Amino acid sequence: MKVSYQWLNHYLPLEENGINPTELAEKIARSSVDINDVYSPQNGLKKVVVGLVESVRDHPQADHLHIAQVKIADDTTVQIVCGAPNLKAGKKVITALKGAKLADGTKIRKSKLRGEESNGMLCALQEIGFTDKVAPKAYEEGLWYLPDDAKVGAPVFSYLGMDDTIIDTDVTPNRGDMLSIYGNVNDLAAIYDLKNSFTSHAVVENSSEKTADLISATVEDQDVAPTYKMRVIKNVQIQDSPLWLQIRLWNAGIRPINNVVDVTNYILIKYGQPLHSFDYDKLANHEIKVRHAKEGEKFTTLDGEEQQLKTQDILVCDGERPAALAGTMGGEETKVTDQTVNVALEAAIFDPVMVRKQARRLDLHSESSMRFERGINPETVEVALNEAAYWLSELAGGEVTKGIVTATEAPANSTPIELSTSKVNAVLGLTLSQEDLVEIFDRLKFDVQKEHDDQLTVYAPARRWDISIKADLYEEIARIYGYDNIPSTLPAGTRTLGGLNERQRFLKASRHVMQGVGLNQAISYSLLTKEQAAQFQVNNQDGEPMMLDYPMSSDHVATRMNIVAGLLIDIAYNVARQVGNVALYEQGRVFLPEDGQERPTEEEHVAGAVTGSLTAASWNQEDDDNQADFFTVKGIVERYLHNMAVEGEISYQANHNRADLHPGRCADVLLDGQVVGYIGQVHPTVAKQYRVPVTYVFELNLEPLLSADKRDKHYDLISKYPAITRDVAISVDQDVTNAQIVAVIKEIGGSYLKAVRLFDLYKGNFLPANKKSMAYTLTYQDGQGTLTEDQVNAAFEKVVEHLKQEVGAEIR
Amino acid sequence: MSLKERLEELRQQGLDEIKKSEDLDHVNDVRVKFLGKKGPLTTILRGMKDLSAEERPKVGKFANEIRDELKVAVEEKRQQLEKAVLDAKLVAETVDVTLPGTPVAQGQPHVLQQIIDQLEDLFIGMGYEVAVGDEVEQEVYNFEKLNLPKDHPARDMQDTFYVTPSILMRTQTSPMQARMLEKHDFSKGPLKMISPGKVYRRDTDDATHSHQFHQVEGIVVGEHVTMADLKGTLETVAQNLFGDQLKVRLRPSYFPFTEPSVEADITCFNCLGAGCSICKGTGWIEVLGAGMVHPNVLEMSGVDPEVYGGFAFGLGPDRFAMLKYGVEDIRDFYQNDVRFLTQFDQKG
Repeated sequence: MKVSYQWLNHYLPLEENGINPTELAEKIARSSVDINDVYSPQNGLKKVVVGLVESVRDHPQADHLHIAQVKIADDTTVQIVCGAPNLKAGKKVITALKGAKLADGTKIRKSKLRGEESNGMLCALQEIGFTDKVAPKAYEEGLWYLPDDAKVGAPVFSYLGMDDTIIDTDVTPNRGDMLSIYGNVNDLAAIYDLKNSFTSHAVVENSSEKTADLISATVEDQDVAPTYKMRVIKNVQIQDSPLWLQIRLWNAGIRPINNVVDVTNYILIKYGQPLHSFDYDKLANHEIKVRHAKEGEKFTTLDGEEQQLKTQDILVCDGERPAALAGTMGGEETKVTDQTVNVALEAAIFDPVMVRKQARRLDLHSESSMRFERGINPETVEVALNEAAYWLSELAGGEVTKGIVTATEAPANSTPIELSTSKVNAVLGLTLSQEDLVEIFDRLKFDVQKEHDDQLTVYAPARRWDISIKADLYEEIARIYGYDNIPSTLPAGTRTLGGLNERQRFLKASRHVMQGVGLNQAISYSLLTKEQAAQFQVNNQDGEPMMLDYPMSSDHVATRMNIVAGLLIDIAYNVARQVGNVALYEQGRVFLPEDGQERPTEEEHVAGAVTGSLTAASWNQEDDDNQADFFTVKGIVERYLHNMAVEGEISYQANHNRADLHPGRCADVLLDGQVVGYIGQVHPTVAKQYRVPVTYVFELNLEPLLSADKRDKHYDLISKYPAITRDVAISVDQDVTNAQIVAVIKEIGGSYLKAVRLFDLYKGNFLPANKKSMAYTLTYQDGQGTLTEDQVNAAFEKVVEHLKQEVGAEIR
Repeated sequence: MSLKERLEELRQQGLDEIKKSEDLDHVNDVRVKFLGKKGPLTTILRGMKDLSAEERPKVGKFANEIRDELKVAVEEKRQQLEKAVLDAKLVAETVDVTLPGTPVAQGQPHVLQQIIDQLEDLFIGMGYEVAVGDEVEQEVYNFEKLNLPKDHPARDMQDTFYVTPSILMRTQTSPMQARMLEKHDFSKGPLKMISPGKVYRRDTDDATHSHQFHQVEGIVVGEHVTMADLKGTLETVAQNLFGDQLKVRLRPSYFPFTEPSVEADITCFNCLGAGCSICKGTGWIEVLGAGMVHPNVLEMSGVDPEVYGGFAFGLGPDRFAMLKYGVEDIRDFYQNDVRFLTQFDQKG
């Protein structure tokens, strides 16, 4: 809310106590609500003064220009060329002198316009910083006339309220009371402990007619409009409001329109009580009924838009005919116009939720709807209505009819809350006495009753409808006492043992291993397109992702069922920016919807993607040696699984059927026969879709790894006896796998066989087309003694024989 | 020539030849020649039997002295030559030490992970446990149990990705607070926990908004937990993350799940309060929201607010990282440009 310092100062001795606007804003931020901005409308303007137009003649060279002689000081008159249509001799206008600075930064210089000298500029309000939204419509196209008694040559700012300072507050949803001058004055009086001279004007019912004879009002359901009151003011003269009132409005960001509308807006700002004015004569029935709309009912709001209504919307009707969308916007047909003579004035409280919903749905947020949404002070509904009537009588010559028509009236009760001093101190960490508390509530003007030494009953007034429980009072105490005065301590008492649990430790270690093998941690978006979300799944490759009901962007509509897709998007981003070596991993959630489950199962996965090489190219290495391939990624997965100490048998099985991966370069990763992940090259077709070059990926479901038994750390004696090695090179059919050969060797290798290592794989010219040569080093060692040649030879021969028999090996 | 003179001559010859030797082979030859079994010294020592008993020890002693002297000379020469050979080899092996080192593969943790890890370590040190919740949440836990009933205006503050009317992408990690409050056995002491993780808001991505970001929310509930404790805890966090001298100031705010609610500002770490462009001249930076847990939240989770109370806070690792490192675009965190990720590779 744009709060005027001058207006506040009218009710509170701020200046008198040396409280300047900046300090005041700081105090509000520290004690009440946040501040968006503090500014004075005159900021940035210079040499803009009151000028008296002494004479006007047409410009000889230009149809739309005029030449004015403008008096800018008692003894100085200058010539200014001006194009405004409403330039008139005898008017005092806003004059930017030579050297002046305007709102958009323009500097005014002496110039010649079509041959005529011009020594300044006559200004419209917009040129000195008024927005189009606020500047009165009547002067939209031309000059603003200053009051006749304005002093020639004096700066214009004080005449336009531009020397005020505006404190733009950012009111949290709970502090609806701070959306009024009344609320601000009350709060500041408490915060600074100042005398509060807020005044209301009492109405004089100067018409002989009775309101009840002119209009009736009923509310179908009291929940919809807990308070609904009306007054009628007859024979108003619609005209511009006096300048002081216009200033109040435009400094609050509201455009002055005419005296009737302006009075309702003035009351809105002063009390936070939205009012609606109907043209009484356009109400055919004069029977006001507040009811829910019918589904599909149509209503044209005063902005000329036809609204489609729903049953939850609230309508204020004249008989059956809708006249206003309650608390949100009035109707086109019954609005106050220049021709209006009699006014029916509504002051009400509408249900906040209903107003919020209809304003939101129809996108009709307004100063009024915002206040209804955040609550209305029941204490001041009638006060505000009466003061509005007072001003209509004062400013528009209206005759206020006798009495208020009341359909409903919510009680303005204060809420008793019991408060224990010791509990206050226990919550806030303070040592306040009961007297301290009483003093704070006195400042807030909350009634207090002492029950006993520790106990108070505090009566939160109706104007502070945000306060209903003890905790609300703790907040009042804290902010009035001052948050700065609260000490800084740490929770005392029972020592608690902090730490990560087993699962969290595993997940943390998992990340460390991935970093250790050279992958950078990525954090990608979990929301993807439907297709991306469903690709690269570890287990159920046909699973459909969970879809958002109302997504924001077409790129993020489904929750991911894999992590690889996000990494490919990352790789594409890098590659498009000439980063060719990308090695990433990501660990996080995937979301797997399951039948009969409200929420998807969330699994923790880790995935990696590598394109180019793991390390930067180097002068001492061949680039080709460095390029990542299937085995780079497999090496990472092997190392990872080893480090994560999962007990159980890990195996890798070719899988030709994963649609998103290269059919010949893809392996399932199995733990004790269960698929827990995969390794592979991204299928070229998919790589093209993602705009990535050759990329190798893996993804592991961490849940089975988390729940698997782990190898404990333990110590094996390192044999002090020498190891003996034997090499064997065999030629086998192409389709015999390494796994088969190693299985044979290990099966028959005997107890001294400690390790089998493939050291060469050869396919090519020196072998028949369907053959390959594989060479292994077998290492034998005994922990108890030195092995003899005979022992090793015997074991080795056995291996060789079995290789011949079982995989058709020829020894080379 | 007397035997003594003969010995003296041998000594001189030997030393000369050793001195002249230029390679190890030659030194060996000299050694064999003079000290070998067939060498002149051996011969002389063998001929000692022909000397008188009086001469014998004198000559013997002298001969042994010469033999030792030559042995030492040979050894010295050998070492000298070996060192020369090695020195030459080492010179030949010289490399240009200014050539670049061979790159090694090393991955870095994501900068957001680093902030989260730092916060976790800090809170674990203060006796907190870590609770990680689901990212797809029930509406009840994300909103209702946190005192945010349907149609509450504060729900507008958090635009939400709904899946169904009752299921949503969590907008905060605080649902875990409700779940932990329900489970916690207060007879065993206070609940002290943080809950880190990804959260989602229905927002259009730009430099300062992201539909996905991170939170570390914390809660402490016990019998004697005060607002002063909250202030002290936040001060500890600010100082740990941004620097020792920083102060925390609290300002009133509003969150449905806390009452009183506060916004916490820290002293601007850039200007230490003097006012600069980062803090927009105020000397303070708004870093987090916090407050005393609302009694409704406690009650809804079955905790008696008359007996127990405490504080809660929400930290934003994304915002912290942006502030701390001057990252200007929040999207940088989720696009994973390797050049961005590897900037944050300082350890320790």
